[in-house]
Amino acid sequence: MSGMAATRDGYGKALLELAEDDRVVVLEADLGKSTKSQLFRKAHPERTISCGIGEQNMLLTAAGLAASGYVPFASTFAIFTERAFEQMRNGVARPGLRVHLCGSHGGTHTGTDGSSAQSIEDLAIYRTLPGVTVMHPADEVSTRLLTKQLVDHPSPSYTRTARNKTPLLYEGREDEVIIGKGIVHSEGADVGIVACGVMVSKALEAAEALANEGIHATVVDMHTIKPLDGALIDAIVERCGCLVTAEDHSVIGGLGGAVAEHLAANTPAPLERVGVPDRFGESAEAEEMLEIMGLTVQDVANAAKRAMARR
Amino acid sequence: MKGPPTALLGMSHDIAMLEERARRCRVDIVRMVHRAQAGHPGGSLSEIDLLVALYGTVLNVRPNEPSWPDRDRFVLSKGHASPGMYALLADFGFISHEDLTTYRVKGGVCQGHVDMKWCPGVDFSAGSLGMGLSFGLGCALAARLDGSQRKAWVMMGDGEVQEGSVWEAAMAAHHHSVGNLKAIVDVNGIQNDDFCEVQMQLNDLAATWASFGWSVTTVDGHNMADIVEALAKVDAVNDRPAVLLASTVKGKGVSYMENNPAFHGAAPNDDQFETAMVELGEVAA
Repeated sequence: MSGMAATRDGYGKALLELAEDDRVVVLEADLGKSTKSQLFRKAHPERTISCGIGEQNMLLTAAGLAASGYVPFASTFAIFTERAFEQMRNGVARPGLRVHLCGSHGGTHTGTDGSSAQSIEDLAIYRTLPGVTVMHPADEVSTRLLTKQLVDHPSPSYTRTARNKTPLLYEGREDEVIIGKGIVHSEGADVGIVACGVMVSKALEAAEALANEGIHATVVDMHTIKPLDGALIDAIVERCGCLVTAEDHSVIGGLGGAVAEHLAANTPAPLERVGVPDRFGESAEAEEMLEIMGLTVQDVANAAKRAMARR
Repeated sequence: MKGPPTALLGMSHDIAMLEERARRCRVDIVRMVHRAQAGHPGGSLSEIDLLVALYGTVLNVRPNEPSWPDRDRFVLSKGHASPGMYALLADFGFISHEDLTTYRVKGGVCQGHVDMKWCPGVDFSAGSLGMGLSFGLGCALAARLDGSQRKAWVMMGDGEVQEGSVWEAAMAAHHHSVGNLKAIVDVNGIQNDDFCEVQMQLNDLAATWASFGWSVTTVDGHNMADIVEALAKVDAVNDRPAVLLASTVKGKGVSYMENNPAFHGAAPNDDQFETAMVELGEVAA
């Protein structure tokens, strides 16, 4: 790991790099400074559309642009994308229009704004929409690369980014970052830890702690929650026989839910889900929130042992 | 087939011809809903004169090339009033009259609510109210980015403007001076459960739209000559978005449906169907 950066910065940089494609347009709902789409706005104001504080209109304006041949990238806070969920459902996903929605400041890691700003259900709700790709990258590099890949992606998408800095993981490993493919960090045979977003670096730390106890984990960054890399899950089950998922999101319906569904339908195996228990957040610093919610390195390591005990 | 930038009809301003098209469409609307024993006849009958005039005299579209990229866009935001749209598309040759028999039928191009994935000539998958104006705004902005003169027209119901998202779009369209965005509100005064006045008062719609910075025109939505003139006026506005508020009668043309909330979303029985065919001049009394 070399340095820290926020995934939302990766989103902003990607938009700027995508600007040479004149199909790319950017839509904002008064949070461009925060989601980092303002990097694009400053360079290309003619292709940036301010929608004011109006997320529902933003999603469908993007749909109209997509239906007219443009590739719109719309962003706001993850929590406020949810206000436009039905627009995403009926006006974007149903007609299959290639609108790319980014929700920044996702999860409890967002911190001191408190529960009103901490989206813990975004991954779950977008995952239910047919044909919508759902991603939650772990670092700035992978966010930049995955966002850039969206420009030619055949379906609409939702990408969650985070407010606060997380360790850089993929400098020099850029080739491994591909939509729909989990990234394998280690290949231990005792337990599989499948994580996304801010929990990937926690999972890696947990794997180090477990290694000190002689427990060897396979750690995977499952940045794409839908479509889930089922082949990789199957391979982990075959190798390890048990799994842990780790996410800064409700234990209901997100990465843990997706993996549980896959296991139930394919190769049943013990699964421990580390995530936000069925409750809302509160005001606290990012790391404090992870402690409150049971999302620390120690929580992941403990879950690994529980999973192994159930094997 | 590069034609002049308006009009599907050679004699675009032949009012009697437009009226005859609208009559034929009314017959098809009632037939579709009767055949399916479901659907929304009231709002289809109130909107149809406006739709016929729009397609006949203003919209630059190609029935034999419905996805022509530089066509004007038309969004039926009140997507449940689909029988009107389908009847129109059949009358103008986008789809066949045979297709009309698929309304609400498994596998049919005429889905319950208009759907761009299923039906040629449908530009947006509507059915959830309050969405079309934003979509039209996106289409209009795309045209501007393309340097194209094409326009986006959006038809809404009056009850529909109770949806707050309509006003997000209205505010944004004015903010961005989107002169190629045109709205039509089918002011028939009735929504699903009851009269709008009972459900949620709309107050002074003209003043409201004007306060959002829109050019406002009003018209009798069943006087074909007036509609043609009003549409031309709205079409000519280019410095800001423009709306046509059309006073209509829900169920227009079928006596027992007129101004009757019961026929917002109900089909006529066989006797009522025969009555409608007589009243619409399709069969002799």
